[in-house]
Amino acid sequence: MMKLKSRMAGLTLAGLMASTMMGGAMAEETIKIGILHSLSGTMAISETTLKDTMLFLIEEQNKKGGVLGKKLEAVVVDPASDWPLFAEKARELISVNKVSAVFGCWTSVSRKSVLPVFEELNSILFYPVQYEGEESQRNVFYTGAAPNQQAIPAVDYLMKDEGVERWVLAGTDYVYPRTTNKILEAYLKSKGVKDEDIMINYTPFGHSDWQTIVSDIKAFGSAGKKTAVVSTINGDANVPFYKELGNAGVKAEDIPVVAFSVGEEELAGLDTAPLVGHLAAWNYFQSVDNPVNAEFISSWRAFTGNDKRVTNDPMEAHYIGFNMWVKAVEKAGTVDPDAVIDSLVGVSVPNLSGGYSAMMPNHHITKPVLIGEIQADGQFETVWETPGLVVGDEWSDYLEGSMDLIADWRAPLSCGNFNVKTGKCGGSGS
Amino acid sequence: MSLKNLMICLMILVMGCMVQTQGHAQDIEALRPQVNALAKGGFKETEAQVGALAAIGDPVVAPALEALSNGDLYERRSDGLVVIGTKAGADLALTDPLTGEALGTAPAASLTKIKVNNGLRRTIRSALGGLTLMAPDPQVRMTAAAAMFKSLDVEGLALLDTAMAAETDARVLKAMQEARAAVLLAVDAPETTKLEAVQVLASRGDREALSILTGVAANAQTPVALRDAADRAVAAISKNLVFWDIGQNVWYGISLGSVLLLAAIGLAITFGVMGVINMAHGEMVMIGAYVTFMVQEVIRTSAPELFGGSLAIALPLAFLVTALIGIAIERGIIRFLYGRPLETLLATWGLSLILQQAVRSIFGPTNREVGNPDWMSGAFQLGEMTITYNRLWIVVFSLLVFAGLMLVLKKTPFGLYTRAVTQNRRMAASMGIRTPWIDALTFGLGSGIAGIAGVALSQIDNVSPNLGQGYIIDSFMVVVFGGVGNLWGTLVGALTLGVVNKFLEPYAGAVLAKILMLVFIILFIQKRPRGLFALKGRAVEA
Amino acid sequence: MITSFLVRAFDRQAALFLAILGLVIVAVPALNLLLPPDHPLHVPTYAVSLMGKYLTYALLALSVDLVWGYCGILSLGHGAFFALGGYAMGMYLMRQIGPRGVYGDPVLPDFMVFLNWKELPWYWTGFDMFPYALMMVLLVPGVLAFIFGWFAFRSRVSGVYLSIITQALTYALLLAFFRNDMGFGGNNGLTDFKDILGFPVQADGTRAALFVASGLALVLCFLLARSVTRSKLGKVLVAVRDAESRTRFLGYRVEHYKLFVWTLSAMMAGLAGALYVPQVGIINPGEFQPANSIEAVIWVAVGGRGTLFGPILGAVLVNYGKTWFTAVLPEVWLFALGALFVVVTLFLPKGLVGLVAMVRTRLPKRRTQKPEPATPSTGEPQPAE
Repeated sequence: MMKLKSRMAGLTLAGLMASTMMGGAMAEETIKIGILHSLSGTMAISETTLKDTMLFLIEEQNKKGGVLGKKLEAVVVDPASDWPLFAEKARELISVNKVSAVFGCWTSVSRKSVLPVFEELNSILFYPVQYEGEESQRNVFYTGAAPNQQAIPAVDYLMKDEGVERWVLAGTDYVYPRTTNKILEAYLKSKGVKDEDIMINYTPFGHSDWQTIVSDIKAFGSAGKKTAVVSTINGDANVPFYKELGNAGVKAEDIPVVAFSVGEEELAGLDTAPLVGHLAAWNYFQSVDNPVNAEFISSWRAFTGNDKRVTNDPMEAHYIGFNMWVKAVEKAGTVDPDAVIDSLVGVSVPNLSGGYSAMMPNHHITKPVLIGEIQADGQFETVWETPGLVVGDEWSDYLEGSMDLIADWRAPLSCGNFNVKTGKCGGSGS
Repeated sequence: MSLKNLMICLMILVMGCMVQTQGHAQDIEALRPQVNALAKGGFKETEAQVGALAAIGDPVVAPALEALSNGDLYERRSDGLVVIGTKAGADLALTDPLTGEALGTAPAASLTKIKVNNGLRRTIRSALGGLTLMAPDPQVRMTAAAAMFKSLDVEGLALLDTAMAAETDARVLKAMQEARAAVLLAVDAPETTKLEAVQVLASRGDREALSILTGVAANAQTPVALRDAADRAVAAISKNLVFWDIGQNVWYGISLGSVLLLAAIGLAITFGVMGVINMAHGEMVMIGAYVTFMVQEVIRTSAPELFGGSLAIALPLAFLVTALIGIAIERGIIRFLYGRPLETLLATWGLSLILQQAVRSIFGPTNREVGNPDWMSGAFQLGEMTITYNRLWIVVFSLLVFAGLMLVLKKTPFGLYTRAVTQNRRMAASMGIRTPWIDALTFGLGSGIAGIAGVALSQIDNVSPNLGQGYIIDSFMVVVFGGVGNLWGTLVGALTLGVVNKFLEPYAGAVLAKILMLVFIILFIQKRPRGLFALKGRAVEA
Repeated sequence: MITSFLVRAFDRQAALFLAILGLVIVAVPALNLLLPPDHPLHVPTYAVSLMGKYLTYALLALSVDLVWGYCGILSLGHGAFFALGGYAMGMYLMRQIGPRGVYGDPVLPDFMVFLNWKELPWYWTGFDMFPYALMMVLLVPGVLAFIFGWFAFRSRVSGVYLSIITQALTYALLLAFFRNDMGFGGNNGLTDFKDILGFPVQADGTRAALFVASGLALVLCFLLARSVTRSKLGKVLVAVRDAESRTRFLGYRVEHYKLFVWTLSAMMAGLAGALYVPQVGIINPGEFQPANSIEAVIWVAVGGRGTLFGPILGAVLVNYGKTWFTAVLPEVWLFALGALFVVVTLFLPKGLVGLVAMVRTRLPKRRTQKPEPATPSTGEPQPAE
C-alpha cells in the first residue's frame, strides 16, 4: 500500500518536473505561442473556433517563414470553462512551456482570473472579445470592442435612423451586460430618455424559457412609442430567445433587437428567416466585401476543410492581434515581453473590414463600427457604419467612477488608471 | 416564407391578368425607369423612390416592392435593369418585376443586391398596404388593413375610405375601420371624429389599441374630453388585459411544465422505477436532438419536400437510437451496479462526460441548426393570449408521451413484468420472468423516451453538446419532488413547478424565481421526505 | 483480539501516511525555496501552487468521505461549503487590497465602485480582520450545514432524496451568487488579490507558506477525522450507515449523530475552500456548480470510501490526471476522465485503497481474516425494518 502510494507521489513530482524541463529544452528551436481557449465545458461552443483560428494564423505565418527566422509553434491547452483552471493553465503556459505570448480567454471572469498571472510572470495576453471595459493592464492587449466601439454607436443608430424612444436593456446577469447597461442607461439619460422609457431585465446563464420576457417586451413595446431591445444576452441563451421572438411574431420592423453577442457563429445554429432585420453591432461581418476579407475567408475554409465555415468578429480580433504581435516582434527584433509590449503600441495592421487598425497607448485598438441586419441566409448585411475608426475607450466617460481615468502605457506615464483630476496614477482615490 | 412566395405568385398572376385584359403594356414600361431607380443611391433615396412608386397607386409595382422588402430585388450590373432574383442552386433565377416574365438565371456576382433595412421595410409595408387594400383575396386585404393600422399614414386615409366602401367581408371591414381610427387619432381631425375613433379602438381592446390610446392619453396637447375618453378606454382595456395576463401566465406555466415533464419523464423510469441515478440522462436527450438534426440534414440535401415531416421521421429514429444506447449502457455497465444506486451515479457521470465529448468531436462544439417545420412555427391569438405553435405542440406531445408510457406500463405484458421486477425482483424471477432482460428493456425505454424528448426540445433550445446539462438538475428536482417511482407524481410535479415558476417570475425576476423554486423544493422535501406521491420501490430507499 | 490488531494496523498505516504527508509538506517548499531554479531537483513555484491546490481538494475529499464513507450521507452539495469558505477568505483578501484597486477606492472593492455602490454592505463589515474572516470561514458553512441538517435529519430525509436536495442547495447558491445584486461580484467573483496577512500572495515564500498551511490543515483534519471515526461516536456513525433504523431502535438519537458529523464535515470543507482561494487567486460562483460537488464525490470513490487516506489519494491523483490530460490531450481528455470514472466504479468498488487491500489479501502470507472497516454497504438490500 505504502509503496504504491509513495511511488505515485514520486511519479507526480517527476511528471511535473519532466514537463518543466521538456518545456525548457524545446524553446531553442521555435517561438511558442500559447492558446488558452476552452475546448470543453460551456464556453467550448464559442472558444473552439478561436483555437482553430489561431492554429490557422500560425500555420499561415509559418508558410511565410515564421517570425525572426524561427518557426512558430502553437501550445494548446484546455482550461475547460473552469475559471481557476484558466489561471493555472496560464501559469503553465508561461512558466512551463515558456510561450512568448498567449492568445486566449473569452469571458470576463476568465480574463480577470489570468490577469494577476500575466502581471506576475510578465507575459503578453491578447484578448479578442468585446468586453465591458473598465480595465487596462500592461500585459494585456484588448483587440475586441470596448463599449464605445459597439454599444454606443448601436444605440445612436437606433435613436437617429430608427427613431427609437423606448428601450429594453435585456441581458444575462453578469458583469459585461451589467456594465454595458449601466453605460447605456447613463448615455440614454444624457440624451433625454426618461426613466419610465427604459426597462432593464436580467436572466440567468443558459436561460431557456423566454415566454414571459418576450411577452413583457411586447407589452412594454405597446406604449405608443417606438421601442427597441438592446440585448447583451450571452451566447447559449440566444437561440431559445430568438426562437421565441420569431414565433411570438416580434418583427424587426416593429421592435428591433440589437445584439452585441450574436455573430455569424451563433446564427449558424438558427433558422434566421423569422429574424430578418434584427440587428447586431460588431466591428466586422463576414459579409464585408473587400479583397482581404475574401482571401481570409477562402483560406480559412481551405484550412478547416469546410466550405460553409463562417467567420466572425472575435476571429477578426485574433487576426488583428496576431498580426500586430508579429509586426511588433519584428520591430523589436526579439520576443522579450518588455520589448514587445513597448513596440506593440503604435503598430498598425490591416483589418478585415477594409482598413487599418492601430494599437493605441491604452492597449485597445482602433476599429470601425458596423451595424448589420440579420439576413435569411444567416449572414449580416451592413446597414450603417461609422465614418471613421473609433478608438477603444477603456474607461467609460459615462460612469461616475471612471470618467476621470485614462490609460497610457507609454513612458513616462506608464499607467493603466491615471486620474486626470488628481494627476495621480492609481484610480480615483487619494 | 412559402406563404409570402405564394402571395407574390398570386399577385404576379393577378397583375398579369390585368396587364392582358387592360392592355396597358406601354404604361408598364413607363414605370420601368421608376423601378430601376430603386437601385440608385442609399436607403434614403430608395425610400423616397418607394414613396414615389406607392404614390402612383398602380398595384403593378407591388411585386417589386414585396421582393425588395424580402431582399430579393437585384440590379443587373450589365444593363442596370432591376430584377427579382430567387435562389436556384448556386445561381439566381431572374424574373421581371413588372411583367412577371422569367429572364433566365445569372450568377450572383453579376447582380447587385438592393439593400434594405428596417425603416425601408416599414415604408414598403405601408405602401403595400395601400396598394393591396383592394386585392381580390380577403386574406391579402386583411394583411393590408393590418399594415395600414401600423403605418399611421395620413395618405392612407382616402385609400381606406374607398376600400371600405367596396368591402364585403365583415372581418376585413372591421380591420379597416380600426386602421382608419388609428390613422385618425394620429392626424389632425375634428374632435368628434377622434372621439369615435377612440370608441372603435376601445372595442378592439388589444395591446396595439392600448398602445395608440396610451399615446393619445399621455399627449398634453390632446383636448380634455378626448383625453378622458382615451383614459377610460385605456383603463377598460388594461382591466380586461389583467385577466388575459393571468391566463397567459398559466399557459406559460403549463408550457414550461410540459418541457420539464418531457425532460424528466425518461428519468422517472430509469431513476424512479429502476433506482439508477442516471446522470447520463441529459445526454440521451441531447442525442435525441442530434438525431433530429441529422434527419433534417439528410432531408435538406436530398428531399426538401419532406421537411414538414422531419420530426415525425426523427421521433422513431431518436427513440431507437437512444433506446439501443440505453440497452448497451445497461448491459455494459449498470447491470454490475444493481444494489449500489449511489455508485451508478459515478459511472453514469463518467459516461455523460464521454458522450458529451463524443458528440463534440463528431459534430463540433457549436450549435447545430434544427428548423421548425411550418406547422411548428408562428403563433395564433386566443383572445389576448399569444400561443405559439411550437409550445402548443410540445404540451400536446408531452401529454401523449405520458399517456403512452402509462399505457405501456399498465396494459402491456412488458409493463406488467417491469412492475413485477420493480416490486419484488426475486419473486418475479421465480415466476419465470427473465429479470435481466426486463432490466435492459426498461432502461432502454427510459433512455428512448429521453431521446424523443430531445426531438421536442430541439425545437425550442440549442442543439449543442451542452443541451443535456441544462436539463439534468431540473429533471432530478421534478422526479424527487413528484415522488420517486411514481409517474403521476412526475406529471403533477412538473406542471406545478412550471406554473409556480411562471407566476413568480414577473414579480421576482427569472433568477430569483428559480432560486425560490429550489428553496421551495428543499423545504417541501422536509415536509414530505418521499415527495408528493410516495411509493415503495426497489432500491430507491438506500 | 481482532479489534486491537485492527487498531494497531490502522495506527501503523496512519503513521506511515502522516510521515509521507509530512515529508511532502517539508520537502516541496524546501526544494522550491532553497534550490536555485536550474537545479534538477528544484520544484517550480508553479508546481507548489498546483500541489497546494491538490491538498485543499484532498481536504474537501476527506470531508466528503467523513459523511459519505462513515455515515452514509451522500452529499452532492459539499462544493457549496467549500465555496462559502472560499468566499469568506476571498472577502478578507478583497478588503486587504485597500486603495490598490483600479479605481483606488480605499474601502470599496472595484466591482462595487463600477456598480455605483456607495458603501460596503453590512455583511462585508469585519472581514478586514483576519481572525474574524477565519471565524467566518468555519462559521458560515457550519451554520448553514447545521440549519440544513437540523431540518433534513429531523424529517428523516435520507438516501437519494437527501443527495438531490443537497444538489438543490448548491444550485440555488450558485444562482444566488451569480446575481450582482448580492454584492459578491457576480459571475466574476472575487479576484486580483494582493496581500494575505501583509505578505504578497504572489511571492514564492507566501505560496510555500500557503502550501504548508494546506498540508498542516490536512494533517489536523485527518487526525480529527480519525479520532472521530475511532471513538464510540464513530462506531455509532458506522451503525447509522449500515442500519439506520436498528440504531434508532437501540435508543440512539440518530439525527444528533448525523447532524454533528455533517456540520463538522461542512466546516472542514469551508476550511479547504479558504486555503484554496489564495492559491488559485480567484473565487467565483462556478465553485458552486453541482458538477464540482459530484467530482469531489468521485475523488472519494476513486481513492476508496470509508478509509481516511483513500479520498486524499483519490483527490490528488484525479486532479493530477486532470492537469496532465488537459495539457497533453486537450481535445480528448474528457474521454480519459470519463473512462476512469466508469472503470473505477465497475472494477474497483472500494477504490484504489480497496485494490491494494485486495492485492494484499491475495498474497501468500494470508493473515487472519481482516474485517474491512471500509465496506460501504449503503446500497445493499436493507434488512427488514
